Amino acid sequence: MSTTPDARTGGHGSSYEQVQASAEFAQLRTRFRRFVFPMTAIFLTWYFLYVILAAFAPSFMSTKLFGNINIGLVIGLGQFLSTFIITTLYARWADRHFDPAAERLRAEVEGGAA
Amino acid sequence: MRTVALAAGQAVGTPAVNITIFVVFVLITLGIVLTVSRNNRTAADYYAGGRAFSGRQNGIAISGDYLSAASFLGIAGAIAINGYDGFLYSIGFLVAWLVALLLVAELLRNTGKFTMADVLSFRLRQAPVRTAAAISTLAVSLFYLLAQMAGAGGLVNLLLGVEGTAAQNITIAVVGVLMIVYVLVGGMKGTTWVQIIKAVLLILGASLMTAWVLAKVGLNLSTLFQHAVDANPKDAPLARDAVLNPGLKYGLDNLTKIDYISLSIALVLGTAGLPHVLMRFYTVPSAKEARKSVIWAIWLIGLFYLFSLVLGFGAMWLVGPKTILAAPGKANSAAPLLAYELGGTLLLGLISAVAFATILAVVAGLTITASASFAHDVYSNVIKKGQVNPDDEVKVARITALVIGALAVVGGIYAKDQNIAFLVALAFAVAASANLPTILYSLFWKRFNTRGAVWSIYGGLISSIGLIAFSPVVSGNGAKSMITDPSVDFHWFPLSNPGIVSVPLAFFLGWLGTMLSKESNPEKYAEMEVRALTGAGAEKAVSH
Repeated sequence: MSTTPDARTGGHGSSYEQVQASAEFAQLRTRFRRFVFPMTAIFLTWYFLYVILAAFAPSFMSTKLFGNINIGLVIGLGQFLSTFIITTLYARWADRHFDPAAERLRAEVEGGAA
Repeated sequence: MRTVALAAGQAVGTPAVNITIFVVFVLITLGIVLTVSRNNRTAADYYAGGRAFSGRQNGIAISGDYLSAASFLGIAGAIAINGYDGFLYSIGFLVAWLVALLLVAELLRNTGKFTMADVLSFRLRQAPVRTAAAISTLAVSLFYLLAQMAGAGGLVNLLLGVEGTAAQNITIAVVGVLMIVYVLVGGMKGTTWVQIIKAVLLILGASLMTAWVLAKVGLNLSTLFQHAVDANPKDAPLARDAVLNPGLKYGLDNLTKIDYISLSIALVLGTAGLPHVLMRFYTVPSAKEARKSVIWAIWLIGLFYLFSLVLGFGAMWLVGPKTILAAPGKANSAAPLLAYELGGTLLLGLISAVAFATILAVVAGLTITASASFAHDVYSNVIKKGQVNPDDEVKVARITALVIGALAVVGGIYAKDQNIAFLVALAFAVAASANLPTILYSLFWKRFNTRGAVWSIYGGLISSIGLIAFSPVVSGNGAKSMITDPSVDFHWFPLSNPGIVSVPLAFFLGWLGTMLSKESNPEKYAEMEVRALTGAGAEKAVSH
């Protein structure tokens, strides 16, 4: 399969296959997966760490830090915080690093198909 | 402090006030539904609101759809009774949105049209995959519907002071009929506006009550916890501050701990497999707007669950776990009872109207999803093999909506008094098992094929529902089971949530089925992948 960047404008076979084989698309896909896969691994690990601590280390989670605020509550609220942070990071990353490249490819594909 | 004395069959507040506020809400929303639905012409209008909602509007609507009775009544109730262990639900429900944000929402918007099955069958054989996806969509939606209608039943009990009578069943039927009207007249556009209005009311109501509770304790969370601890009966077998620690419900023994992990898996992986949530991504014009919707939804939902923490402990303190459990509707009545304790009849009326609105909006969203799946996937693409006039398809969708509405009413009458957060958790388990593995495989795995999809969907569906049927949820656990008669006991699965078994099983079956089939369609995969990531060729908004 050809990997020359301008192969997608050729008229033979599926133009989608040509785009898929292009270096530009491969780069877009790598960029996407390099962000979302590790991020998913991070938040799932952090979530299940919390779940396992709550289930199997209740005395650790019940340790009071100040007043009636214990470690369990702080880590629980930490899950909220991490969710908000990852959401913001992703929004910013997508705006700056993903959308422009995706937009460019899309224009080429739709222009080529017309 | 006002004392709430509740006997069975006695209403809290004034039923007349509760009903009046609710009727006003219904009239206003009906007016809006009629106005916005004038332009409903095409299938894209009916199923996807013309794809013309903005990311923000859709984000608010998603939170309105997601913050169901389970979130509003169920989580506050679970916290009021079990303390910290109730809080665990809300964390799973929230973190789950990251799966939708990072892995699903945008890719799904770019490749699908109206339903989840559009994406699953994109590069696979239409008939078997669509049929499987439609069956699992209907199963998840009906489970979820049942939970909402159970909430409606409990609420009616509490507010109108009726129990197990014809009046209560009539009220559930009224909710069902109203929901059908919204869906038939308004389609997705009308449903979306009902969800938006409801989300705004719900978040305003919850923030008012949260501020009220926090003001009573001088904004000191620690003081609130102390009051909540003090409100627990002194003869409790556990340490009195156990409500602040994990373990009251799930820490009893190793079995409940594993059950808790099972529940957590279902919660965190279920959201991105809920068909009614997925369908909302088609109501916006582009993947970018779909992303914005999820971001809005995450902030609103996160904020709301933070409020729930305060409301739950507030109810434990101001109402007390004993009073809550003695009330009709049990744990589900914690939030309305707290409203009565804080603001008397009027606030109770407002909060109850919000709760009814919640049920109405969520039920409408579920109904439109299930009806779309039947009409678009089964009728149009499987039975008629795509050779169908869109008007006929929409007609079939409307008829399906009627049937589902009727089922919801009957289910609601039979499902009273179950904790709604718990019932919804089961719907999440089915969604996480039957839908999510196939969604992820079809978006990210080139080799994936029809046999893998069909095995994964049916395997996840049958194992999750089967394990629930043979779990203590259904029989063998006395009053806590659906079948309360102790002589009927056919349970052998020890956990009450099947996720820890059924989710890995569905992933495994998807892999195994794929490896055992030689089918491969690189051309369609190329189209799907390019469309998913770039948005080329994605469905556009309808312009009127």
